[in-house]
Amino acid sequence: MVPTSYYLILSAILFGLGVVAFIFKRNVITIFMSIEVMLNAVNLAFVAFSQAKHQSDGQVFVLFVIVVAAAEAAVGLGIIILMARVRQSLNVERVDLLKL
Amino acid sequence: MTPQLAIFFVLAALAVFGALNLILQKHPIHSALSLIVVMIALAGLYLLMGAEFVAAVQIIVYGGAIMVLFIFVIMLLNAGVEEHTSVSKLAGTVGVPLAVVLLGFIAVAIWHSSESAQAGLQSGTLANTRDISTMLFKDFVYPFELTSFLILVAILGAIVLAQREN
Repeated sequence: MVPTSYYLILSAILFGLGVVAFIFKRNVITIFMSIEVMLNAVNLAFVAFSQAKHQSDGQVFVLFVIVVAAAEAAVGLGIIILMARVRQSLNVERVDLLKL
Repeated sequence: MTPQLAIFFVLAALAVFGALNLILQKHPIHSALSLIVVMIALAGLYLLMGAEFVAAVQIIVYGGAIMVLFIFVIMLLNAGVEEHTSVSKLAGTVGVPLAVVLLGFIAVAIWHSSESAQAGLQSGTLANTRDISTMLFKDFVYPFELTSFLILVAILGAIVLAQREN
């Protein structure tokens, strides 16, 4: 069997790549995708711990995380559409004012 | 090397490759397709761990619904190649050290937890879908009902945000 620490290391690597993408990408849609990568990394850690401890709590939490991610994607993409309509740009550096 | 370990390394390499490709690609649609690779690889890892229900939900909700939503928005907005701007000073001076510190923190935490995790090394069966549903509808029934409310609010919010004002 695969040791639990391998899964946790993979989870940490994926989370780190998500953070790097979040910092370096300029397109707001890609930044949103990097958040999904981070959520996926956390899900992997949840399932790995659930398997290690023989408890299904972790998998229930993963289900909640996926539901929240779906809701977040719907609202966030709505905000992105609004932003693209108002600013005519998807670059986050052009969206640095709170007013229109 | 056992077959499980070999499958793990193939899927882990696929996931890391997909995440790296997400960073390196300039066009958002290429990043979205790399993200799908990450999600399918993670679904395979869940199957390897014996969490079939989570693997199925991962493919249906993440690989299906959420990614279709992303690609739909990319096509709707006709998003082109990312504009090449210099990385902002804040990202360079504060963000990168912070990311390194975060990774170090996670590495130390795993290092400390790996001994205790090794003690309960997995063998035998993981909780199956029946156990998950029992737990979901008994112990977590109020959070579960709350998520339905959350989704309702999200639907209303998406409609209000994206509607064209006249």
